[in-house]
Amino acid sequence: MTIELLYFARVREAIGRSAESVSPPDGIATIGALIAWLATRGGGYAEAFADPARIRAAVGEDFADLDSPIANAREIALFPPVTGG
Amino acid sequence: MSAALHIDVRAGDFDPGAELARLEALGGGGVASFTGVVRGGNGLAALELEHHPAMTQAMMTRIAQEAATRWPLLGVTAIHRHGRLLPGQRIVFVAAASPHRAAALEATAFLIDWLKTRAPFWKKEHFADGSSQWVDARKEDDEAAARWEKH
Repeated sequence: MTIELLYFARVREAIGRSAESVSPPDGIATIGALIAWLATRGGGYAEAFADPARIRAAVGEDFADLDSPIANAREIALFPPVTGG
Repeated sequence: MSAALHIDVRAGDFDPGAELARLEALGGGGVASFTGVVRGGNGLAALELEHHPAMTQAMMTRIAQEAATRWPLLGVTAIHRHGRLLPGQRIVFVAAASPHRAAALEATAFLIDWLKTRAPFWKKEHFADGSSQWVDARKEDDEAAARWEKH
């Protein structure tokens, strides 16, 4: 399964790119597991995802929780808590 | 009552007067609005607004629709800028038109509270000395948005 990941703000800067395609191994079923798997890549990924509680996610146009399933997700965005307005 | 929604995510400035006139023309008798301006000070040179383009318009539309379901509104406007802004420049505008002042005022407060905690924007401060930092989410904003949770 290939997922298009989008990174924003601090997450984008730590990783050094704004988007990439990934194919998580079988068993990565939730946003939280995806973040933990990305963190194992080390470097900027480990820095970006050091504190999963500080990460927010969206699947398509909908916000998602760490527990949200990623089955059938084509595009997942990972970012810090929003600070608009 | 079906509300006319006007949602605009843009780099350039906007004209609050023209936006208010559009809402006044709906004939409701009451228009309330909030304009957010980039706050200067502490050596701030510019404020950079990043957003999630594929999601921003949809989220702002949903927030406007939610306001229109909670209050009897004739019109809802939500405008948010992105890109590099300078102190004193307008960044955000929300407004509501209604036959009832309380509905217009409450809906306007709701719109900005939810926009701050649900619209996918991120602020980065750039200072005159060349340093920069991402703005952290504020507990006060979460608490303000929580006022509108349905009990």
